[in-house]
Amino acid sequence: MSSMIDTKRATEAAWETPNSDEYLRMYRQMARIRAFEDNANQLYLSAKMPGLTHMSSGQEAVAVGVCSALENDDKITSTHRGHGHCLAKGAEIKLMFCELLGKVEGYCRGKGGSMHIADQAHGNLGANAIVGAGAGIATGAAFSAKRLGTKAVAVCFFGDGALGQGLVYEVMNMAALWKLPVIYACENNLYGEYTKVDEMAAGPITARAEAFGIEAHVVDGQDVLAVNRITRQLVDRARRGEGPFFLQLNTYRFHGHHVGDINRDYYRTKEEETFWKTERDPILLFGHWLVAEKIVGLEQLQAIEAEVKVETEEAVAYAQAAPYPPLEEVTMHVFVEKAA
Amino acid sequence: MAMREITLAKAVSEAIAEEMRRDPTVFVMGEDVAEAGHPFKTLAGLVQEFGVERIVDTPISEPGFMGIAVGAAMTGSRPIVDLMFGDFLFLAMDQLCNQAAKTHYMSGGKLKAPLVLHTNLGATRRSAAQHSQSLHALVAHIPGVKVALPSSAYEAKGLLKTAIRDDNPVVIFHDKLMYQDKSQIPEEEYLIPFGVANVVRQGSDITIVATSSMVQVARQAAETLNREGISAEVIDPRTIVPLDEETILASVRKTGRAIIVDEGHQSFGVTAEIASRINEKAFYYLDAPVRRVGAMDVPVPFSPPLEDLTVPTPKVVAEFARLMMKGEPFHVA
Repeated sequence: MSSMIDTKRATEAAWETPNSDEYLRMYRQMARIRAFEDNANQLYLSAKMPGLTHMSSGQEAVAVGVCSALENDDKITSTHRGHGHCLAKGAEIKLMFCELLGKVEGYCRGKGGSMHIADQAHGNLGANAIVGAGAGIATGAAFSAKRLGTKAVAVCFFGDGALGQGLVYEVMNMAALWKLPVIYACENNLYGEYTKVDEMAAGPITARAEAFGIEAHVVDGQDVLAVNRITRQLVDRARRGEGPFFLQLNTYRFHGHHVGDINRDYYRTKEEETFWKTERDPILLFGHWLVAEKIVGLEQLQAIEAEVKVETEEAVAYAQAAPYPPLEEVTMHVFVEKAA
Repeated sequence: MAMREITLAKAVSEAIAEEMRRDPTVFVMGEDVAEAGHPFKTLAGLVQEFGVERIVDTPISEPGFMGIAVGAAMTGSRPIVDLMFGDFLFLAMDQLCNQAAKTHYMSGGKLKAPLVLHTNLGATRRSAAQHSQSLHALVAHIPGVKVALPSSAYEAKGLLKTAIRDDNPVVIFHDKLMYQDKSQIPEEEYLIPFGVANVVRQGSDITIVATSSMVQVARQAAETLNREGISAEVIDPRTIVPLDEETILASVRKTGRAIIVDEGHQSFGVTAEIASRINEKAFYYLDAPVRRVGAMDVPVPFSPPLEDLTVPTPKVVAEFARLMMKGEPFHVA
């Protein structure tokens, strides 16, 4: 199997400073994720969306910083809080909303929903509703990449809540033994469901990886450029056989565990939420930096926000009007029908 | 057709070697699969031909290596995962049943997980409750997984090759007591398709459907019955997912009586499923209630005289057949 990745070009890109086009692309991607989540929340609150969903607002710099460091054929595995990862890896808003609403044009023909969106054309092997389960799949993707020589790298997104899952450590052990091109990206948003990480994970997070001899880094997950810089370097090194790596990305979940988690006083204070939303919003921080560095004017950022708003609202309207799957599809895709 | 005699263990290694030569994306992973060649020697010789890159020894981490296999299968590889004992399935269940089994469906057909989970079943090796279970019904319950139960070296080779080429997750169970059993196999390559039952023995009075090593139990019962003038037909489904319902129903329509024999626990298992399908689809052909013979609903005991009580035997199967032939209503506590 020949490599789909131009490793020379990828290596050069990994060590260069992004140009203003790339900055703006990252800003737009973060704005798209925020707009996507705001609209998903509204759909839920107005009872227009079946089931429920987990929003990643506040964590946009992690998704965009990491995924902007990846090539199209690099793989990711995502989590139940996965809309940001999916968008950042290249998915279309329209097809994602179709999936959230159970429509046939959705990424999974409506059969997966919010917690199972997969977009294999962009290397997204799927969100996962079993906490930590993506670790096995990402490590397997890295195993395939190494054995088949594709030069692809796999990134496993997982939350601090997955630190309690044994699977994560089993596969990190094997990834280290076999030097697999995988990056374990732990999004520490401080809460696993309704409980503080400190009450559930003993000892330093990075010490877990270091016990396997895996190089680990702690990054400010609200700083998209810091996330992007370290990821690009680690991706390049993983591509050259120096993996695996571990990233602890410190971030914050603006919303509750899921859309219905409205009254959160019993596990975190309003003051804490306000602090993160006003002082540590990754989109505001990046916007201020872009303007302060005179890379763009404020009006350009406002124009991006306006375009994204229209794009997202049109996507929601499209998805609401889109058809459900024909009922005969209920038995479709249980098995792959054709022989190998 | 030129034939030769080989053991089931040899049939396994031949099937894997042939498929690995044919398809470079196939690899084997599991505990002690390389130099050790597996404790049952089913994989002996493979590492010498294919190297440690393709015959991969793993740590004792069933959830971990099963998870890696799922990810590898989703990205262009065709893993064969060796699970040393079928009892360890419980450790790998999330990876198999929540991930591999569902990924094609959940992704609307975009992703697939073509992998083989190669493991075993069967009691009476004096191995006690955690190394003796027959857990195939558990897996068969989950949509998206195929389940093959070879009853001889011949079946093992043909079914395993088909499993490796299948684009779905397939679990193949061998009976641990059969690894050294020999059978005649063709010199040339052959495959056995899934979902095609084998009529092992023709008969006209009663149908005995039996899986895996229970096919031997059924044959012995049939021979005993034959000496008494009762003609038993023995059917080996070979795969329970997919299940060749038609061959079973056609036989029952002919004989009017059926006994189902399987080494899984009797309750909520394979015997119940097949009996139920016969009741639903051939009820008016029946001359007696369908009878089930599964393993006793107890954890497998270590003590040999106790363990021997828990599994189906030719004697029990023949006795049920005699009662059914008499046409007398009977109940067993």
